[in-house]
Amino acid sequence: MATHAQTDRIEKSILLRAPLDRVWRAISDAKQFGHWFGVEFESDFVEGARLIGKCVPTKVDPDVARAQEAYAGTTFEVLIERVEPKRLFSFRWHPFALDPDIDYSKEPMTLVRFELKEVSDGTMLTITESGFDGIPLARRADAFEANEEGWLAQIGLVEKYLTPTAA
Amino acid sequence: MTKAAPKRAKAAPIFAALGDETRLHIIARLCRDGPLAIVRLTDGSNISRQAITKHLNALSDAGLVRSERTGRERIWKLETDQLAQASRYLEKISQEWDEALGRLRAFVEDD
Repeated sequence: MATHAQTDRIEKSILLRAPLDRVWRAISDAKQFGHWFGVEFESDFVEGARLIGKCVPTKVDPDVARAQEAYAGTTFEVLIERVEPKRLFSFRWHPFALDPDIDYSKEPMTLVRFELKEVSDGTMLTITESGFDGIPLARRADAFEANEEGWLAQIGLVEKYLTPTAA
Repeated sequence: MTKAAPKRAKAAPIFAALGDETRLHIIARLCRDGPLAIVRLTDGSNISRQAITKHLNALSDAGLVRSERTGRERIWKLETDQLAQASRYLEKISQEWDEALGRLRAFVEDD
């Protein structure tokens, strides 16, 4: 996985050993997206749609699911921008905005883009999230402090996922 | 109001300070070139020294830059604390994505 970060944007590329069709469905189908991400949407991903997502523990890993229990039921808003089959899916949101004490609605949203490309051994997925410079600096600092403990706990899980298993 | 309100009030000037193209340009210059005198900041632009000073004062009020007098010149530099926190925030979001992508991988590769 390659990571490229500045202050305004995050960019990540990952090679998934699965066919383009499979990856496209996992990303563009609201139910499937929710399955791995850990969220439930009440309607489909359609360009221009405004959806409310409700956090639910992920179904792909019991350890992460336990960590996500704390946010179960929390809702967030997603605005679907582009749905270009097997090529591009993008939406706007308030990045991981899960603190119920903060009103995120007045803050600018970031743009998340999932770009897919078929390669010989699977599918290359590139995710970019941009627009962070529009978010108040003080808010960004608060977000870090509030979640620092949670992060320490998650680092081990991240490593586990990024290391290809021998199985 | 929630407990976030005081933080919000504190954040407002920072938000305002960054919400301007010229001021973002100043921040970018100071990031790239290090501490600079006003005369350097006006290089290659048609913005007056007076206008730049006004923008620098706005950035200074928000705690994003500060100045030091060196001889006859005033040198402006980034107040890195605030910016360092911004980059830590980005790291956090970046890690969230690493984790989410790991789950996506498990989902699409496991069937």
